[in-house]
Amino acid sequence: MTAALLEVEGISKSFPGVRALHEVQFTLHSGEVLVLVGENGAGKSTLMKILSGIYQRDTGSIRVDGQEVEITTPARAQELGISIIHQEMNLMPDLTVAQNIFIGREPRKGPFLDERGLNRKAQQLLDDLGVKLDARALVGDLTVAKQQMVEIAKALSFNARVLIMDEPTSALTDTEVETLIGLIESLRAKGTGIIYISHRMEELKRLADRVTVLRDGEYIGTLERDEIHVPTIIEMMVGRAIDEGARPRASEHARDDVVLRVSGLSTRDLLRDVSFELHRGEILGFAGLMGAGRTESARAIIGADPRTAGTIEVHGKPVTIRQPADAVRAGIGYLSEDRKRLGLMLEQSVTFNTALASIDRFTGPLGFVQQAKARRVAQQYVEDLRTKTPSTEQLVKLLSGGNQQKVVIAKWLARDSDILIFDEPTRGIDVGAKEEIYRLLQRLADEGKSIIVISSELPEVLRLAHRIVVMANGRVTGTLANEDATQQKIMDYATNLVADEQGAA
Amino acid sequence: MSDTIQQTPAPAPSDEAVARERGKRADIWRKGLQQGLAFGTLIVLLVFFSIASSNFFTWSNISGILLATAVIGILALGTTFVITTGGIDLSIGTGMTLASVMTGIFAVNLGMPLVVGVLAGIATGALMGLINGVNVAFLRLPPFIATLAMMMVAQGLALVISGVRPIYFSSVPGFKGIATGTLVPGLPNAVLIMFALAAIAYVMLAKTSFGRYTVAIGSNEEATRLSGVNTRRWLVTVYTVAGVFTGIAGVVMAARLDSAQPQLGVGYELQAIAAVIIGGTSLLGGRGSIVGTLIGALIMSVLINGLRIMSIQTEWQNVVVGVVIAIAVFADTLRNRKGV
Repeated sequence: MTAALLEVEGISKSFPGVRALHEVQFTLHSGEVLVLVGENGAGKSTLMKILSGIYQRDTGSIRVDGQEVEITTPARAQELGISIIHQEMNLMPDLTVAQNIFIGREPRKGPFLDERGLNRKAQQLLDDLGVKLDARALVGDLTVAKQQMVEIAKALSFNARVLIMDEPTSALTDTEVETLIGLIESLRAKGTGIIYISHRMEELKRLADRVTVLRDGEYIGTLERDEIHVPTIIEMMVGRAIDEGARPRASEHARDDVVLRVSGLSTRDLLRDVSFELHRGEILGFAGLMGAGRTESARAIIGADPRTAGTIEVHGKPVTIRQPADAVRAGIGYLSEDRKRLGLMLEQSVTFNTALASIDRFTGPLGFVQQAKARRVAQQYVEDLRTKTPSTEQLVKLLSGGNQQKVVIAKWLARDSDILIFDEPTRGIDVGAKEEIYRLLQRLADEGKSIIVISSELPEVLRLAHRIVVMANGRVTGTLANEDATQQKIMDYATNLVADEQGAA
Repeated sequence: MSDTIQQTPAPAPSDEAVARERGKRADIWRKGLQQGLAFGTLIVLLVFFSIASSNFFTWSNISGILLATAVIGILALGTTFVITTGGIDLSIGTGMTLASVMTGIFAVNLGMPLVVGVLAGIATGALMGLINGVNVAFLRLPPFIATLAMMMVAQGLALVISGVRPIYFSSVPGFKGIATGTLVPGLPNAVLIMFALAAIAYVMLAKTSFGRYTVAIGSNEEATRLSGVNTRRWLVTVYTVAGVFTGIAGVVMAARLDSAQPQLGVGYELQAIAAVIIGGTSLLGGRGSIVGTLIGALIMSVLINGLRIMSIQTEWQNVVVGVVIAIAVFADTLRNRKGV
């Protein structure tokens, strides 16, 4: 039998105070897709960094074609034919597609760069991949999906035999995901071995030839193609069965006070006459495809983007919201989908982040911040929300995605927000932690908070929301009670079927 | 990023249509406007001062402006590379002075041939740049701090070595000619040197791997490193190149004054940086323009010369230059807001 393309055995790696990996193993053959799953902090990224030469392993062996190898630098990994597409984009936005692909390996004419040869080579590569892209386009001007194609082209330009993709679809729309999957399938057919890291079970089912599960830095097990079964995988990942929970019912809050009433909300670019009501203690789901206007609605409500029409009533009284500070004063908190960029200060502590929106509460008469008081409140929320952190002085960047989300929630609870708008609350959070966030949102609703959840995952909407507002092309195309809703029905509304009829009428 | 909703960030992400639309606009804005703006400003200034004073648009005045631009221009050319990597070099002003002094020491005090003096000046600049580069790339000092330190070291050394006295080149015939001689009739050599260096710098930035990595590092240093580029080595090279330009500026400065003035130098770095920014190089790195820098340096000296010819007080000249710099940086931030 021929040796495996890539074989990893007994890999361990420790950082000061943390054991990141312990005796991890997996095997990759050429022309197959190995999906690597595990919760955040399971050690996937560390493992990939070892394979791509960014970190050095403490123990264990790596074999390529049966030959033991040392991967000391990123350049060495490339020589061995191992290329990685990082989760965070690793491109130079100010350079062109071609310049990015061949950075460090530019063709030359004497002392000068051969720009024409560079563009020709890059265009050839892109065409071979079937990617419609101009090699001379500036990378910073491309969409995230196109940038990802550039990354893939770059990886393949090294004649990569092993391609590692870390959460490649987390920022892509559905059609873009399809394009990517098509590309992966054609690479597989050409014999490239692909290691695919993802949280998305749907992609896993479609792509995986094999699944390897990690948990807390340890190897849990590998499932072959015919053994792949999502509940089993989730159980391996979290080490416990998931509580699917009962779907909530719209009738639970139908007679409660209306806390937020939005009528006729419109913006210049997208939104047309968006209206809905949010009851006390209710979770209202916002479903729709990318670009339907869900995030835009939230941003228009809180005054982050200008409105051209529409009124907003909070607790039955009209409020004027011209900027986010007005929304905060009215008790509306918006938790952005982009936590790391817009929701948190990663270099600061849990206490700092918790107190940020309500710093007045922690400021003495002379203008000094009362650290002890802030710490006490932060501690209380840590306990209350069961945030996993060694202390309230821990830097937020060291927490997992789910726990970072809890810190954002604590920030808005500390600000006494009655209305919380969650934009993709579980994006980038692994399956086990998602369930915990769901339960937390339900508890907050039970305690009288009113919640809007914008989500692209239909199961999530159905799991959480009492009622579901569906949007398409900047309009509300339907509002469904959970008990009447199905994924199919929501998709009908989201894909304009119903909107077109209304438009014709 | 303090707070989820206190900020008004970029438009909703991953909306393809929006991104594409924005991309197109950003492209035109970025590539053309800033440099067009700078060039337009230069033309407007030239026309304005020509109308305002009949003494302005004369060959002797224009050649005077060019001569006055030479030193700042050469400094600015070198520092364009540094700023394109996202760094800054504050040591070019006093570094230039130290280079002048070293030229004087070798050519006058030690009585060596002029060539040795000139090379000593350039080597001094290169060495300072090399040290800056090592401090930034290997010791990971922030460029601001590393070069601030070098600025003070160079200032101190220039004073110590010269004994706080100017060194006159009267014993070195021909030295003055480096700056004020006229290989091309009517045009001082210093100006020729500036244009020649600009041509070299242009080719270096646009056509060589050195230039490519300069832009790449400024655009995303980590990504460049992960692509297998030895970013540290290139950073050291960038600062050293800037140092070489500083050394040449020092020699030209000394030749123009026919003396090395150890007290001079402070403030030149800021004028050079201003010229770079006015010319459209982004302070955040990733975008650099040599032609822009040249135009930026010309704007500064045309402005000062024109105001002087109109008999406006020096104090007010400073105010005007300050406002121009603020406007230029504002244009830069506008551009970045539109960009990615």
